Amino acid sequence: MKKILYVLMALLTTTVAAQSPKAKSGLFALTNATLETVTNGTIANGTLIINKGKIEALGSNVAVPAGAQVIDCKGLRIYPGMIDGGTGIGLLEIGQIPQATDQRETGDVIPQMKALTAINPNSVVIPVTRVSGVTTVITRPEGGLLPGQAALVHMHGYTPDQMFAGFEGVVLNFPNTGKRGFFDRRTEDEIKRDSDKALKQLNEVWDKAIQYHRLDSATRGKGVSYYPELQALLPVVRGEKTLMVEANAAKDIQAALKWLAERKIKKVILTGVAEGWRVAGDIAKANVPVVTGPVIAIPTRDYDRYDQAYANAGVLRKAGVKVALRTLQTENVRNLPYHAGYAAAYGMGKEEALKAITIVPAEIFGVANILGSLEVGKNATLFVCDGDPFETKTQVKHVFIEGWQIPMTSRQTELYDEFLQREPGVSKN
Amino acid sequence: MKKIILLFCLLGALRGQAQDKGTVLIKGGTVLTVTKGTLENTDVLIKDGKITQIAKGIAAPAGTRVIDASGLFVMPGIIDAHSHIALDAINEGTNAITPEVHVADAINPFEVDIYRALAGGCTISHAMHGSANSIGGQCQTIKHRYGVLDGEQLKMEGAARTIKFALGENPTGHGRRDGVQPQTRMGVEFVIRQAFAEGKEYLEAWDKYNKAKLTKGFRGAPPAYSLRLETIADILKGNIIIHCHSYRADEINMLMNVCRDFGIKRVVFQHTNEGFKVAPELAKFGAMASVFADWWAYKLEVYYSTAYNAAILARNGVVTSINSDSPDLIRHLYHEAGKTQKYGNLSDDEALAMITINAAKQLGIESRVGSLEVGKDGDVAIFNGHPLSIYGIPQITLVDGLVRFDREKDPADMRLLVDPKETIDIPTIHKATTHNHENCMQNMEWLLNVKMFGLNR
Repeated sequence: MKKILYVLMALLTTTVAAQSPKAKSGLFALTNATLETVTNGTIANGTLIINKGKIEALGSNVAVPAGAQVIDCKGLRIYPGMIDGGTGIGLLEIGQIPQATDQRETGDVIPQMKALTAINPNSVVIPVTRVSGVTTVITRPEGGLLPGQAALVHMHGYTPDQMFAGFEGVVLNFPNTGKRGFFDRRTEDEIKRDSDKALKQLNEVWDKAIQYHRLDSATRGKGVSYYPELQALLPVVRGEKTLMVEANAAKDIQAALKWLAERKIKKVILTGVAEGWRVAGDIAKANVPVVTGPVIAIPTRDYDRYDQAYANAGVLRKAGVKVALRTLQTENVRNLPYHAGYAAAYGMGKEEALKAITIVPAEIFGVANILGSLEVGKNATLFVCDGDPFETKTQVKHVFIEGWQIPMTSRQTELYDEFLQREPGVSKN
Repeated sequence: MKKIILLFCLLGALRGQAQDKGTVLIKGGTVLTVTKGTLENTDVLIKDGKITQIAKGIAAPAGTRVIDASGLFVMPGIIDAHSHIALDAINEGTNAITPEVHVADAINPFEVDIYRALAGGCTISHAMHGSANSIGGQCQTIKHRYGVLDGEQLKMEGAARTIKFALGENPTGHGRRDGVQPQTRMGVEFVIRQAFAEGKEYLEAWDKYNKAKLTKGFRGAPPAYSLRLETIADILKGNIIIHCHSYRADEINMLMNVCRDFGIKRVVFQHTNEGFKVAPELAKFGAMASVFADWWAYKLEVYYSTAYNAAILARNGVVTSINSDSPDLIRHLYHEAGKTQKYGNLSDDEALAMITINAAKQLGIESRVGSLEVGKDGDVAIFNGHPLSIYGIPQITLVDGLVRFDREKDPADMRLLVDPKETIDIPTIHKATTHNHENCMQNMEWLLNVKMFGLNR
């Protein structure tokens, strides 16, 4: 009898394993949960209804609709999906293999390059990321001055269009006066020369973009020849599209703020901002929102306090800056809650750190109407876990992205299942 | 110059000589011994650098400094089995085998990374040669006595000898080194076998000579001395622990086979991303594994990794540690160890063992450090919350009973050496959307594709 059971079990396992699990949509009732809404406090012993991709109802007195699939969340908490403000997911599969990277197109001024075009929906990284509750990320191109457009994407979908979460921004790597690592052996003069040259180039491009805008306006879109770079900058010049300005050194942040004010650029996000703590007041005064990170990083200077990178986000927040976080990672974007946890522990506080990976990035990217908190009418993009999501002990139990119930497996969990007790072991017979 | 003097003055309270040992009573903490459970409201007495008593209500001997640890967590100093801090050179790399070199000749006590490691509760690290060649140089276990000005004083006296080996993509170079063996994993096996075989011959020749020398009227000449083969012979004799950079299951299996053929028993695999695939073989051999908590995908040989690696290895009976290989991670190994609870549900003690006693075993220093036990060194990290909690922040770190880090009294600038030519206003911005895992390949930039470093866009 026992043997038959084993055979049956083995058969069942093979049937399940033979087919990759798929996401499921429908009507779900998540009951008995602690709802961490982010925008409207905590609801104990609450129910959340997911229907047609949206949060249909939530609260402590919500009836379970007929036909709903009930998921008992007793002892569990529900949070809005975590949003990472800067990653390489989908563009970068294996860092050292050129054939497996699509993050750097050639050319310094190529704002027409769209990350969304090249995001691989079948990247192995995507399931690894989403089972940890990170549901939505900015994927950004890297490279020269204007390397392209970043896109906000959900960690679910079979085409980039299905993944798209409603925001694209033009990336500007503001001329950098910092070193890039121990291998960067440029002298102070060489660094200055490089950044001056880049700034000159930026100003030339921007003058052209403004001219292009004037020509385009004057001719109502006719009479302007094909000029893809400037066409891509046009909505930025007109304040319709966001410019994501990467600046990290204190001097560069100040220079960027000055440049943005001079150029009267309306929609701006400052990204990176590693030395934001040195010039937090300036950033607050300029009223520019910030996406900063990685939080878990070493200080930018040898003479800085050892925990300065951990503390940066908190310092910025306390100065009144609107702060979202990023991991600046690809394969380990799953660590976003830990970056938030470090920010929380080193001065930002839990509540603000949670906001910095949910509602604040949603606001900064202009998608707060559908993402970033648990509210009726918003996308059912959320996760269920058994404790504080910033703690490494906590397990994520369920993930929903736009109402789709995500299978809680990835190649990493599959390898665990296969190898925890390998068959055969040391001996094959 | 003034600044340098000022810095030394600032450091006065923290610094001391290597031989300096502290006497201190850590009172009323939650003591995480790692090997003997958790003791609430317990005192730890350190006398002259050694733990002499762990009990409740120890009276402080006259003149002993008392650290009030009530509400705090007291754990053994964290040990990193793989790092490259405090070194001026990482790779010799001019030959497929360079066991004659020793990183101990390149120790730099001025690196601020040492202090930052202390600020993360890490008291000992294994300063390793890089992974540019199949048999690299010898490594040095150091104590983070930040403040000493002589590199010699960082060396952990009496620590076991270790050497770096490397398999896979780094030593083969994959076409980057024209016509030089090894280019493939096949070549790596051969290079190592050949070195062992030559070492064995060398050993036998010397044994024969030493025996013959004792006979009356012996007139023969000694065999030619070779530091390279001398070192290999010491590996064969079991006097040096092999620490082998490795990723794929096949290459891990290969080195175990080669070592078995030469009777070598002391092997620790480093990185070991696919160790989980050969966990039963590792356990049977008695080899140990030192791994990342979650690094993967930065190169092909780590693409088929899983963050459950450490848990699978541990559950299969392999002595496993979590290492840093990074001046960043070395500051929060307690957090890295915590990830084994997400990926595999390890207990608190199992997770803490990965950064303490297990790492000590891999470095052959487990009788001295790695747990809080009477008789062991007074290397202690004190946290304000459980070290596996994200909210647990290291407060005080002691090495040999001396306070080397105190968060309350931490000035921002902890440099010991200020280069007068250094530009003070140029930060280093570490910006890459994937981990920079090339610490292992420092000094080998000439060999690597510079694109990898982002110098060329």
